[in-house]
Amino acid sequence: MNSREKILAAIAINKPAFQPMPDVVVDIKYDYSVLVPQFLNILQINGATAVWVENVQTIKDDLQKNIAGGHYTINTTEVLGIVNEEININSNPAFLDPVEIAYISGTLGIAENGAIWLEESKMRNRLLPFICQHLVIVLDVTKIVADMHEAYKRITLGNEGYGVFVAGPSKTADIEQSLVVGAHGARSLKVYLLS
Amino acid sequence: MKVGLFVPCYIDQFYPRVAVATVELLERLNCEVIFPLNQTCCGQPMANSGFAGLAKGCNKNFVENFSNFDYVVSPSGSCVLHIKEHLTDENEDAALHIRRHVFELTEFLLDVLKVEKLPSNFPHKVGVHVGCHGQRGLHVCSMSELVASPFSKPEKLLSMVKNLQMMLPERWDECCGFGGTFSVFEEAVSVKMGKDRIREHKENQVEYITSTDVSCLMHLEGILRRKKSDIRVIHIAEILNAI
Amino acid sequence: MEHNKRNHSALSAIFNEDEKRVDWHDETLWFVRSKRDRAVHNVPEWEQLREYGSEIKNHTLSNLDQYLIEFEKKARSNGIHIHWAEDAKEHNEIISEIIRNNQVKHVVKSKSMLTEECDLNSYLTSQGIEVIDTDLGEYIVQLRKEHPSHIVLPAIHLKREDVSNTFHSHLHTEKGNNNPQYLAEAARQHMRRKFIFSELAITGVNFAVAETGGFVVCTNEGNADMGAHAAGIHIACMGIEKIIPKAEHLGVFLRLLTRSATGQPITVYSSHFHKPRNGQQMHVVIVDNGRTRQLGRPDFRNSLKCIRCGACFNTCPVYRRSGGHSYHSAVAGPIGAILNPNINMQENADLPFASTLCGSCSNVCPVKIDIHDQLWKWRQALTKKGHVSSGKRLGMKMMSFVVSYPSIYRVAGRTGRWIMRYFPSLLANKTINSWYKQREMPVPPRQSFRTWYFKNKK
Ligand code: SF4
Repeated sequence: MNSREKILAAIAINKPAFQPMPDVVVDIKYDYSVLVPQFLNILQINGATAVWVENVQTIKDDLQKNIAGGHYTINTTEVLGIVNEEININSNPAFLDPVEIAYISGTLGIAENGAIWLEESKMRNRLLPFICQHLVIVLDVTKIVADMHEAYKRITLGNEGYGVFVAGPSKTADIEQSLVVGAHGARSLKVYLLS
Repeated sequence: MKVGLFVPCYIDQFYPRVAVATVELLERLNCEVIFPLNQTCCGQPMANSGFAGLAKGCNKNFVENFSNFDYVVSPSGSCVLHIKEHLTDENEDAALHIRRHVFELTEFLLDVLKVEKLPSNFPHKVGVHVGCHGQRGLHVCSMSELVASPFSKPEKLLSMVKNLQMMLPERWDECCGFGGTFSVFEEAVSVKMGKDRIREHKENQVEYITSTDVSCLMHLEGILRRKKSDIRVIHIAEILNAI
Repeated sequence: MEHNKRNHSALSAIFNEDEKRVDWHDETLWFVRSKRDRAVHNVPEWEQLREYGSEIKNHTLSNLDQYLIEFEKKARSNGIHIHWAEDAKEHNEIISEIIRNNQVKHVVKSKSMLTEECDLNSYLTSQGIEVIDTDLGEYIVQLRKEHPSHIVLPAIHLKREDVSNTFHSHLHTEKGNNNPQYLAEAARQHMRRKFIFSELAITGVNFAVAETGGFVVCTNEGNADMGAHAAGIHIACMGIEKIIPKAEHLGVFLRLLTRSATGQPITVYSSHFHKPRNGQQMHVVIVDNGRTRQLGRPDFRNSLKCIRCGACFNTCPVYRRSGGHSYHSAVAGPIGAILNPNINMQENADLPFASTLCGSCSNVCPVKIDIHDQLWKWRQALTKKGHVSSGKRLGMKMMSFVVSYPSIYRVAGRTGRWIMRYFPSLLANKTINSWYKQREMPVPPRQSFRTWYFKNKK
């Protein structure tokens, strides 16, 4: 018997009697009119900046200002204009290392915890949202859901090779529990909610 | 109502005043209180040390002494919890009856006797120590870890006492560190836990620390006396019995 | 037990020699517990979520083999290589073989308690491979050649001065600069080069989803992703119990995990890996290492529900005052105290006794493991197997004898009280009687309750 068979056999002998799988029904009444403010609020608590804009031009202006300011800025989202095609799945880490600011569009946001779902296809390269110094996420305001349960109803895992919930700038409290923003991932997170 | 009084060994020997207060209090509330003379121990010290197997004779004796009562009451949450969870005997019917009818004093007062007022008077500042076994085991009060509505049987009773000023420490349900044989086998941590509880009560400038469990109080008293502190310990039965 | 130097009681007595530091350790962890409380009290359905978490795990354990098979099948079709390891040794060998086959020299590793349990670092280092722990806390303890003292907060036993000194000697930071921001930045700069040039990344697994053949890794620092997405090879290591049946169950567990761990509503990054990226190798190593044995112990099997949130550590009044290293195991704290005796009874026989059985751990546990009941049951199991000192056994036997016979009990009680009353110095010996070291003995009153009862009520 190889290890796989040994382990599976040991489980078969040792496992307890079958117990049914529960039906997860979390019965909470959400007030959907407050979801967006709650989402913005929790993002702020998580250490992100969150702005609700009426017009995509505001975000475009912000992007242009960053480029004009001499910051190495990458745009991956068509809504904001020309996409930086030079960044793609094959870009190596050293090539991505100097990226200062990256604009990526999110798929879905969660009001209970401020997490935003990013999919591989939207980020062009899996490393980009982490290796950039500052991450900017653009999210359609209609894409906000109440909680994790709803979020997983709308995401089909496995369609894409990789996806991540991002809920703020990278951080650590490993030294005496004192909070430091900017651990290994992006140092800041800015979220544009677009009406 | 015929009530069998269980008095744990250390109360019998070192804190008889707690048992006396319990008898007087229950009698005043019209209970017929009987102390079965051949009782010994609930078996907890052995079981918690990993020797539940050695508790057989002790259990048998317990069942023999306490099978003929409507209720068994004890001023020790810890012992009551142990009996409730672990008392077994060849005479399983009798053991079951006891497991179902054994009560810690404050639960008995509120849940069985449905006490709503007391003539007690205790003009002092009193810090409340929540004994873990009464709390997390017997649920005599809510627990800080759980998302549930707060309640407390001991506090409810203490609030019936005239002129008593009740004080709760910030960490109101942290363990005092007694833990039976833990108190000697893990002496350093046990004492440190006790000192930390005392520090909070001292900051509240209490005159007394009270609890539903004498074991916690014995441990805290040991530390208080070593430190020559003015704070005294008192069991809740003594306060409720004070007029 | 008393002869074992690696015992919790002796090690925590040493920890308690510096009382100020104990206070600091206790308060720092209590702060985390308080953050947890605030977070969970914001979720009115919290107890319902715990119940779901518990039931899903119970169900999974009862069908574990099938879910592992399903996971393997789906993961393979996603392009992930699956390996099975019976024990720590095989786990380490599998990883080392992947490393050798690909001629890798530099490895970055994000937090994985399983690799700690298997002592992977020493194994690889002895083969000349550089392994860097990239989680800041783990990196700090790695530089100091220590072990993590907490599963979520690996360096919680250290103060900023300690970190500053360590970084000064290894990363040449300014001497005496204790600013956490400055120190974390130094680690970030140093690690960034390691990430960019690393060839292979090892991560843990928080949840593996049978239905989709993927796995989820949660971090705040982003180190798992920096490593996994930069390296050409990604190896994820998981115990067999990390499986959950469906993607929707992640909704329950991700809501529970971080609120319990740190009081955040979710970690900064919850990364869902399903396929290797273009040109990358992705491996998952599924490890038993005693877990199937634990599964076969009805009293203890539900310890396998653990999602490693660390809440039971933070709430434990004993852990907070004894420090993680006093548990002399990769996984310390209350959950460690019920897991480790399964791995090695002799070595870990002290751990189930390192508790007052206050029960706070079971109350905070997001998957409702009856931790304190299992501590009690381990005590019974260990004494039955003879893992207890002869002195303690004799004492307990004597006690059992005394309390079985009412007449002997009465004499013993009277004698005891009489001795204490008239010869208090007998017990006032700090070396024989450890109660007396820092506590007075109770004062024996003139008469016992029994005597009072005779006089007044009979
Ligand atoms: S036993 Fe429960 S509380 Fe402790 S680490 Fe595991 S899941 Fe968290």
